[in-house]
Amino acid sequence: MVQTAVQTGAAGFLHRYEGLRARLPGQGLPWLAALRERGIAAFRAQGLPTRRVEAWKYTDLAPVAQAAFEEPLTAVDGALALPRAAAPKRVVFVDGRYRADLSDAGAPVRSLAAHLPAAEGLLGSVARIDDVPLAALNTALFEDGALIDLGPGEDGGVVEILSVTLAERPVAVHPRHLVRLAEGAKLVLIERAWGHGGSRALHSPVWEFSVGAGAHVTHARLQQEAAASLHLATTFARVAAGGTYDSFLLHAGAKLARSEAHVVLAGPRAAAHLNGAQLLADGQHGDCTTFLDHAAPDCPSRQTVKTVLSGKSRGVFQGKIHVHQVAQRTDGYQMNQALLLSDQAEIDSKPQLEIYADDVKCSHGATVGALDETQLFYLRARGIPEAAARAMLIEAFLQEAVEAVADETARAALAEAVAGWWEKVA
Amino acid sequence: MPAVTETIDAVQSVTQGTYKYGFETEIDMEFAPKGLNEDIVRFISAKKEEPAWLLEWRLKAFALWKTMEEPRWPAVSYPPIDYQDAYYYAAPKQTVKPKSLDEVDPELLRTYEKLGIPLKEQAILAGVEGAGETPAEGGRMPVAVDAVFDSVSVATSYKERLAKEGIIFCSISEAVREHAELVRQYLGSVVPQGDNFFAALNSAVFTDGSFVYIPKGVKCPMELSTYFRINAKSTGQFERTLIIADEGASVSYLEGCTAPMRDENQLHAAVVELVALDDASIKYSTVQNWYPGDENGKGGIYNFVTKRGACRGRRSKISWTQVETGSSITWKYPSCILQGDDSVGEFYSVAITNNRQQADTGTKMFHIGRNTRSTIVSKGISAGFGQNTYRGLVKISPKASGARNFTQCDSLLIGDQCGAHTVPYIENRCMTAKVEHEATTSRIAEDQLFYCRQRGLSEEDAVGLIVNGFCREVLKELPMEFAVEAQKLLQISLEGSVG
Repeated sequence: MVQTAVQTGAAGFLHRYEGLRARLPGQGLPWLAALRERGIAAFRAQGLPTRRVEAWKYTDLAPVAQAAFEEPLTAVDGALALPRAAAPKRVVFVDGRYRADLSDAGAPVRSLAAHLPAAEGLLGSVARIDDVPLAALNTALFEDGALIDLGPGEDGGVVEILSVTLAERPVAVHPRHLVRLAEGAKLVLIERAWGHGGSRALHSPVWEFSVGAGAHVTHARLQQEAAASLHLATTFARVAAGGTYDSFLLHAGAKLARSEAHVVLAGPRAAAHLNGAQLLADGQHGDCTTFLDHAAPDCPSRQTVKTVLSGKSRGVFQGKIHVHQVAQRTDGYQMNQALLLSDQAEIDSKPQLEIYADDVKCSHGATVGALDETQLFYLRARGIPEAAARAMLIEAFLQEAVEAVADETARAALAEAVAGWWEKVA
Repeated sequence: MPAVTETIDAVQSVTQGTYKYGFETEIDMEFAPKGLNEDIVRFISAKKEEPAWLLEWRLKAFALWKTMEEPRWPAVSYPPIDYQDAYYYAAPKQTVKPKSLDEVDPELLRTYEKLGIPLKEQAILAGVEGAGETPAEGGRMPVAVDAVFDSVSVATSYKERLAKEGIIFCSISEAVREHAELVRQYLGSVVPQGDNFFAALNSAVFTDGSFVYIPKGVKCPMELSTYFRINAKSTGQFERTLIIADEGASVSYLEGCTAPMRDENQLHAAVVELVALDDASIKYSTVQNWYPGDENGKGGIYNFVTKRGACRGRRSKISWTQVETGSSITWKYPSCILQGDDSVGEFYSVAITNNRQQADTGTKMFHIGRNTRSTIVSKGISAGFGQNTYRGLVKISPKASGARNFTQCDSLLIGDQCGAHTVPYIENRCMTAKVEHEATTSRIAEDQLFYCRQRGLSEEDAVGLIVNGFCREVLKELPMEFAVEAQKLLQISLEGSVG
């Protein structure tokens, strides 16, 4: 059989799996080999999503489908220029692989590749591969990732996970991160996706969170990848009774970024916060998509997502809240706001409520518009130059979103990323 | 008139055409054979003595329809429809009519009574033999004796008055014959034949509907309604309505019958097109109360309707108001294309689903012109096992500077077996546009209910009162006589949903 040298789209990924299969970590573990086979079968059945799929109506994966990705190099030695750490303890992944030499000791984070037997029963327990093709692909192809497993009542402190993508070549990395919090455990996780290089590299992580009863996890995601990069992240979280999944998503980098979250409130009084901000400059496409399942009674959920668009950028927000029939006394609130700073920008917003229980309080709101002229006028009347006044209003709009983050370290990291964004863009 | 000559020629050519296709023996029959094919389309066109261009237009629609698929995206479920197992042209039903009101389903009469419909009208609506005709002989009930409800003459007297103003108000078939140029100019200009599956089907086989033309600068002196016309002539399942308001004209149009028709036609696929030129305004109100099926979801109408208005002119306005209480399945998105600068689109809707009813309804607002404004107020009420979805699109094009939209979608749930869903799409490509959307879902508050009950209202009356309050913003948009009936309808529709 003649093999084509370069394959793109779904075929490229399938081909890659065939080539890598024997070398992927954990081949000696039958459960994992079977899981990978299921993953690739599910991906083969679904293919790469196209805009004909409702959940992908506004985000075109053509840049991913058309690219011919390369393997990341086995190891990158020598010093890497890394951003300043945002938390006392930092763990670093380079092209999806754990780097002990760059990571702080003592963080409750292990390399998944090195501890695969410990992931049995956890890996794939929260992720949905049958209707989320990117999760299926990740299940087949992942090589490494973070493994965090906290015991009952354990406090994991504040941890930063830095994922560096070396986009000097068009690599594709599919890390898999697993986080399990037993009853009453606590963790603040700052996830930072960062990179350099000018190639069209793909970083497509999948997170699985299993949040135990009364456990509390903060998940702050800062996506600050290189300008030509593609970022497709999928997060799955399952929250037991009284537990909290408190997340914040910041999209600031990459050419095309989509973060998709699937959160299930599985026990009574489980809570979720799915907040976020997207800062999109010329040429960027940012997509924040969330699916929130209220599957138990008495659960509150809160969501505020803000998008600022300048130049020829496109922002997408899709938020679906599904309230099951058992989920009586649900209290759901969702807000998304977009600020358009240019006449070439486009925002597409689809908040969605699907409700099957009657004793519920659910609402959503959406606003789209330019900067308020009267506010601008007010500032200018007080002698503030127009550019400064604009910057001030944009910053205020964004900081308001960041304020929703309760943890100070995480909030500070986000606030820093947001501060001065407009000055850099303008 | 050359137009007429042309029409006659066209009719002749069409008629001869159909003979060729082997319908000569059936041309005088009351209905076309079951099924849908090109011959049926030709048959309908010939039966209605249509000009050649309209036959071509229908055939094109039919060709498009054959290539299309039934939409699967609405949040409704129903068994597959066999389009070949239906009559596409049939004269009014010739089944045995009830001889008097005694023989009419008492449940139906009870509903009429609650609506406050006079006995003679009840008889007409229930299809009592001879009821709608001028003095019927030998009936046992008063209906048959003094059923002088001469809808034809009523319509005619109005027609004369309208004609004085230059307003054309007639059936679409009549308009095709007598105002061919207008029909040809505007038919399909808002909803083209291939717009969607059901619109294509309608375009191929539509059999009746209304045509309205309001000339320049004329304010229509009365509310126009299909009500009279429906009494005069039974409408088919594929209605086609076309309303044109010329520059500076305005009209308010009421659609539908507020009494449940025991319609056995399962599929209703109507198309309504509105065109408003400079400074014109069209207000289109609907109270839809087709048979919703029984409490187990058996029977009922599939109401798959395409309604769209084009604000072509500057400062034009199109306003849709709908109260949807009937049908087993409703699939309907009255929309506005706001092309003219400063044009305005409005959508006010109440949709109720009780028992096994399903409704997927909403609107689309396309902002194209500058400073265009739109308002959407949607109230969905779900009870029993009903499923109610608001689905809407607000799309703002890059040129629609200063465009403005406000959307409010509220859902009310009565009972824990029903569902309420909200699916708004907002697509904005204009910096200076402002879009606001808000949606809430809740149930009837216990304290409100308690307060009403404490003052001696039955639970059902209390719910009716609260629901009417919930819908007030929409109901106040209806012309007064409609609003009163709509309020009663809401209450009737929710019967049995509490307690």
